[in-house]
Amino acid sequence: MNESNGRSRWKLVLVMALAFLRGIRRREEREPIVEERGGDRRAEMVVALLLLAAAACAVMFVVVYALDWDNLTQWLGLCLGASLLLIAAALIYAGETFVPTEELVEEYPAIEHPEEQEAIEQIGRESVAGFTRKRLLVGAASAAGAALGIALVVPAASFGPFLDTESFYYSPWRRDRRLVDEEGKPYRAEDIEYDTFYTAFPEDAYREELAAALVVVRVAPDELEMPPGREHWAPEGIVAYSKVCTHAGCAVALYRKPLFAPAEPSPALVCPCHYSTFNPADGGSVIFGPAGRDLPQLPLLVDSEGELRAAGNFSAPVGPSFWGVRTRRPTA
Amino acid sequence: MSRRRKALLAAVLVAGFAAATVARAQPPSGIVHAPGGGKQKQLQLGAELYAANCSSCHGPQGEGVLEANNRGAGDITAQGPPLQGVGELAPDFYLRTGRMPLDHAGEEPERQRPLFNGREIDAITAYVASFGGGPKVPDPKPDYGSLSEGMSLFTEHCAGCHQIVGEGGYVTGAKVPPLQHATPTEIAEAVRIGPFLMPKFPKSQISDEDLDKIIAYVMTSKSPEDAGGFGLGHIGPVPEGMVAWLVAAVVLAGLCAVIGGRLSS
Repeated sequence: MNESNGRSRWKLVLVMALAFLRGIRRREEREPIVEERGGDRRAEMVVALLLLAAAACAVMFVVVYALDWDNLTQWLGLCLGASLLLIAAALIYAGETFVPTEELVEEYPAIEHPEEQEAIEQIGRESVAGFTRKRLLVGAASAAGAALGIALVVPAASFGPFLDTESFYYSPWRRDRRLVDEEGKPYRAEDIEYDTFYTAFPEDAYREELAAALVVVRVAPDELEMPPGREHWAPEGIVAYSKVCTHAGCAVALYRKPLFAPAEPSPALVCPCHYSTFNPADGGSVIFGPAGRDLPQLPLLVDSEGELRAAGNFSAPVGPSFWGVRTRRPTA
Repeated sequence: MSRRRKALLAAVLVAGFAAATVARAQPPSGIVHAPGGGKQKQLQLGAELYAANCSSCHGPQGEGVLEANNRGAGDITAQGPPLQGVGELAPDFYLRTGRMPLDHAGEEPERQRPLFNGREIDAITAYVASFGGGPKVPDPKPDYGSLSEGMSLFTEHCAGCHQIVGEGGYVTGAKVPPLQHATPTEIAEAVRIGPFLMPKFPKSQISDEDLDKIIAYVMTSKSPEDAGGFGLGHIGPVPEGMVAWLVAAVVLAGLCAVIGGRLSS
């Protein structure tokens, strides 16, 4: 039993080998499509070397990673980049040299059943001709399409307040609210020195509000030129402005303060983003840059303890301009 | 434009250039060294140097010259801030960094090679301090400052103008100096003075301990690590983006042309 089984297996192998050889012979008999050309051993060698170099770079990547060199990120990038570049070079070179190219043009087939095709076109024309309220149907279909489109777009309104500018008028400042520093310590009028600037926040209020942060500087009282109606907004020459630029909403974080005022540029609050420059002495007017309106000013008062408090709300809404920005003042 | 008008225009331009060159070539105010070879006592030397080089703008007693007027030889507009009460700190800073004497009142004092030698600077500093009061030359200890806290303080107070690695830049009305050559003492002095358009930072704003941290950061930022190649000026994403678009993008476009070249041929 065993022996006959072994013999039949040998027979099977022989049959398969014959079939394989016949297959090869049959393939050889077919007409060649790709034009025969001599191999380019040199080019093949170059491509193989390039690919092996790419492999070496990739291996190097693993080695560098394992050894954890200094400047690891740069070495890893170098290895990976070199490997990819070498593969690209190998492919380009192979394409230019020994990979064969053929241009084949396939004829566009003639229409197989010209008469039937005409009949189908005729059916289409005659079916539509039977509709009596064509315009109504087209209109209704358009309405359905347009309404569906709008329905899909409308939820984008939940990305933010839409046509609702009310929140832009909100300010956490109100009369008698104290000005505190970053640690929450109240500012005293005597803390505010000349030639430097301070950042202040409202006491007991959320500091991330757009209108919370103030920039506070002291101007010599005889240099103040407050606009009409704001004569008492700057006790002892201390002025407070919103720290948010009216142009693009950056923090007005620079204070240009001449050491020798008679011969140098005037004092100014400057926004580092686009160099909008505001005059702290005259109510925050724009003296340079792209800002379109004055820096909003907060009226101040010094209480009986000598501490700085707000004497009301800002002269104008805080932050970049929006439609209606000039219509009213902010509310608490 | 006819040939004659062209010639006339060229002549006018040449004459204008010549006039501008002559105007620029006028010597700066320069300095006068004290007679006697500097063998006097320090205060005496300081007084002589002050009288010869500083008093026309800062006043004979350091009272300042607030109204611009013409004084002394040459076309010097004499005007300058009072020096009473500035102590040793300000003259040490301005003289040691070569910012004084200034060519013209109102221009930005910039760092240059000091015109006085060390002994002369000490003498003038002592003399100016003798006008009365004022701070001494600070003695910062950056070695005790925390680098990471220094970086966050520098970001908060300084980087808006000086850039995050102290490269300097521009603000409206002034060139912001780079901090690469500043010594710890000079940085501490500048923070307290607020030279030119810089605000001053009193101790209530930046304590001496915080100042040590800031200086520690500035000293470290002088030699950034630059892992992997060029720092591109250390001024951030603009030059980095330029390299990416103008160099890398051009190389990639060239590679595409090489690869695609075969298809078109």
